[in-house]
Amino acid sequence: MADLENFRAETRAWLEANCPPEMREPVRGEDDIYWGGRNATFKNDAQKAWLEACVAKGYTVPMWPKEYGGAGLSAPEAKVLREEMGRINARPPLSSFGIWMLGPALLHFGTEGQKQRFLNEIARGEIRWCQGYSEPGSGSDLVSLQTFGEDKGDHWVVNGQKIWTSYADQADWIFCLVRTDKENKYGGITFMLFDMASEGVTTKPIKLISGSSPFCETFFDNVSVPKSYGDDVPAYVGTINRGWDVAKYLLGHEREMISGADGGERAAAIGAAMKRHAAKTGDDIDPVLRAELAMFDVDALAYAAMGEKFLDEIKVGKAHPAQPNMMKYAGTELNKRRHELVMAVGGSRALEWESEATENGKPSKAWLRTKANSIEGGTSEVMLNVIAKRILDLPGA
Amino acid sequence: MPLYHNDDQAMLADTARGFIAEEGNIAKQLRHWRDRDCKDGFGHGLWKQMAEMGFTGMLVDEADGGLGMGHVEAGIVLEEIGRNLTPSPFLTSSVLAATALKHGSDDLKGRYLPGLITGDSVFAVAIDETAKHRPERITTRAEKSGNGFKLSGAKSFVIQGASADMIVVAARTSGADDDADGITLFAVPKDAAGMSHDAVRLVDSSMATHTKFDGVELDGDAVIGEIDGGRAVLDAMLLAGRVGAAAEGVGVARGAMDMTVDYLKQRKQFGKLIGEFQALQHRASHLYSEVEIARAVTIKAQQLLDGGSANAELMASVAKAKVAKTARLAVQEGVQMHGGIGMTDEYDIGLYMKRDRALAEFLGDAYYHANRVAELSGY
Repeated sequence: MADLENFRAETRAWLEANCPPEMREPVRGEDDIYWGGRNATFKNDAQKAWLEACVAKGYTVPMWPKEYGGAGLSAPEAKVLREEMGRINARPPLSSFGIWMLGPALLHFGTEGQKQRFLNEIARGEIRWCQGYSEPGSGSDLVSLQTFGEDKGDHWVVNGQKIWTSYADQADWIFCLVRTDKENKYGGITFMLFDMASEGVTTKPIKLISGSSPFCETFFDNVSVPKSYGDDVPAYVGTINRGWDVAKYLLGHEREMISGADGGERAAAIGAAMKRHAAKTGDDIDPVLRAELAMFDVDALAYAAMGEKFLDEIKVGKAHPAQPNMMKYAGTELNKRRHELVMAVGGSRALEWESEATENGKPSKAWLRTKANSIEGGTSEVMLNVIAKRILDLPGA
Repeated sequence: MPLYHNDDQAMLADTARGFIAEEGNIAKQLRHWRDRDCKDGFGHGLWKQMAEMGFTGMLVDEADGGLGMGHVEAGIVLEEIGRNLTPSPFLTSSVLAATALKHGSDDLKGRYLPGLITGDSVFAVAIDETAKHRPERITTRAEKSGNGFKLSGAKSFVIQGASADMIVVAARTSGADDDADGITLFAVPKDAAGMSHDAVRLVDSSMATHTKFDGVELDGDAVIGEIDGGRAVLDAMLLAGRVGAAAEGVGVARGAMDMTVDYLKQRKQFGKLIGEFQALQHRASHLYSEVEIARAVTIKAQQLLDGGSANAELMASVAKAKVAKTARLAVQEGVQMHGGIGMTDEYDIGLYMKRDRALAEFLGDAYYHANRVAELSGY
C-alpha cells in the first residue's frame, strides 16, 4: 500500500512536469486525438511533447513489458496512473488500434521477433493499424468471410473485400482475417499482417447517418503478402489456418472495450447534468422525463457497479469467460438509452445540425453514432445468443 | 475493496446456501406453514436453528454477544432466504431491529439482544402509516406522561407484528407531521397495554398487522437513542433494511431465474425443447444480464454501508430500485415461460411472484427509490 502511495506521488510529480497545460483540456475535435502513423502530423508542439514524454516513460502502453515499449506497470499501478491522469484531465497521448487490438493479440500469440518489432512500433506510435474483419454479407456471421489468400509458396495472393474497416484510408498496416482453406469454416482462416501501401489495396470511405464516419470499404486486388518479414517475424499471428483463435480472443477484448467496462464512471448519473443543462437553456424538465432520467440513473449506476465487479473478477480470474458479452450487451443498450435522453432534454436545440450552439450537431451526431453500438463488435442479438449458449447452457443454442 | 466475496464470506455463503436449501426450502417452510394456516407465517424451529448457526445475531456487536459482522454477511444469508422464499424474521429482527438497538441504552440491549441471539425472540418494526412507504411523514404521537410516554396512533404493514416480542416504533414527540426532527424511536414490548393488532395474511402468505396504539404507556427507558433525535436512528435502520431487502430480492430473482432456465431445458413443445427457441433464449439471456447487474450493485451497496461511506444512501436506493425492477422481470418471465403450469399452485414459480410483490413494497418500491436517486443526485 505504501508502495502504491509512493508511486502515486511520483506519478503526480511526473505528470506535473511532463503534461503540457494544453493537453489537460477535454478532447474537443478529431484533431485533438493523436493516432500516430507514418503520415501523422501533430496539431501543436504540446501534443508532440506529450507523446514523446509518454513514449520515453512507457506510458502509451503502461502495462506492457518494458522491452516492448511499455512501463511494465502492475494493474494497481496502472489504475493509479489512470486516476492521476484523470485528475488533471490529461488527454491520452496516443490512440490506436495497435494498442487496443493488435497489441493484446501479439502479447498473447506473437513470436518474440514479432513482439520486438511490432509492439515497439505501436508503443511509439510509428505505425497506424486498422482491422480487417468484417465483410459485406457476413455481418455478425463473421466466420463466413470470403476474402481468399491463395498459397504461392513464400507468399499469398489475397483477393476480396472488407467493410467497416475503421480509418482504413489513414492506416499504414492492416491486421486482417483471410481465408486460406475453403474447405474448413473455422479452421481455414489466417490472421495476416500487411502494408496498406501494397499494390492492389484500395479504400473508400463510407458515409453514415451521422453525416460522416471513420469507416471504409477496403478492396484487395491480387495483393501479394509475403509469409515472413524476417527472422522470427512471420506475416501472420499464431498458426496458419488457426487465425480464428486469435480473432476470437480479440473479439472478447473488443467487447470488453466497447462495453466501457474500464471506466464505470462513464455510466455515472446523467439526471443532474441534464437538469443543469436544461436550466441553462431556460427549459423545465417535464416530470415524466425526470422520472425516465431517474430510472436511467438507477440502471446506469447499477451497471457502473457491475463494471467495477467485472474488472475486479477478471483480475483474479473469477469472471466467466463469456461475461464480456453480457457487459457489451447491457452497456451498449444503456448507451443508446442515454443518448435518447440527451436528445429529449435538449429538445429542438439538440436537433440543430449546423449551428454554433451545438458545435455543428454534436449531440445529434453522437446520438446517431450510438445506434451502431449494438451492431458493431457483434450485435446485441449475437451477444444474447452467446450468453444463452455459454452461460445458461440452453439446448441447441 | 474488490466487489466479490473474500474467502471468509465465500465460506459463509457455502454454509448458508447448504443450510437454508436443506432446512429453509419451500416444501419444508413456506408451503408447510402456509398449508397449516400458521398464525405467525413462519416457523420458530427454523429461527432457533438459525440462531445455532450464528445467523440471528450476526449484526450485533461482539461486546453485546453478537458476531459483529457486516451487511455483506447479512446479505449472504438474506440472498439464500430469498432464493428459498424462506419465511423468517431475519430481515425485521436481525437487520432492522438490531440496527435500531445498536443506538439503544445498555439496559435496552441487555433486555432484548440475548433473546435475538438465542433465537427465542423475534422483533418487528412499525414505520409505515399509509399503504405506500413514506417515512418522511410520521403522525403517530408519543406525549410525555410522568416518567415516560403515552403512545397514540396507528401503523400498517407491520410484518410479523402480532408474533413479535418487541416492536420498534417510530413516533413523533414534537413538531409537525412532515418535520424531519421531533421523531423518537421506542422499543414497545409485546404485552404493552393499549396496543392492538389487526393481523392479516398477505399475498405471499406472510403475516402483517395494522397495529393501533391507544394511549400505550411506555417507560422512559423504552426510548431508543435520543428523544426528538430519532430521525438519524430511523434513517440508519431504513438504510440497513433497504440494503438487506435488496439482497433478499436478488435471491428471489435468482431463484426464479434458475427455476425458469431449468424448465426451458426440460419442457418440450412442437417436438423441441422450448429452450431451443431463440425468442426465449434472448429473453433468458437478457434476464441473466439484469440479475448479474442487480447483484453487483447490491454488493456495492453492502460494502459502502459497511465502510461507512457517504455514498451508501444513494447506492442503497439504486440497489433497492434495481433489484425491484429485476426481480419483477424474473418472476414475470418465470410465470410466462412456464406457461399454464406456472399459474398452478402446485408449481413453485408463482410463489416467487407473490413474494416479489410483497418484498418490493417493503421499505419503498422501485418508484420510491428512483425518486430518491434523483433527489440525492440533485434533480
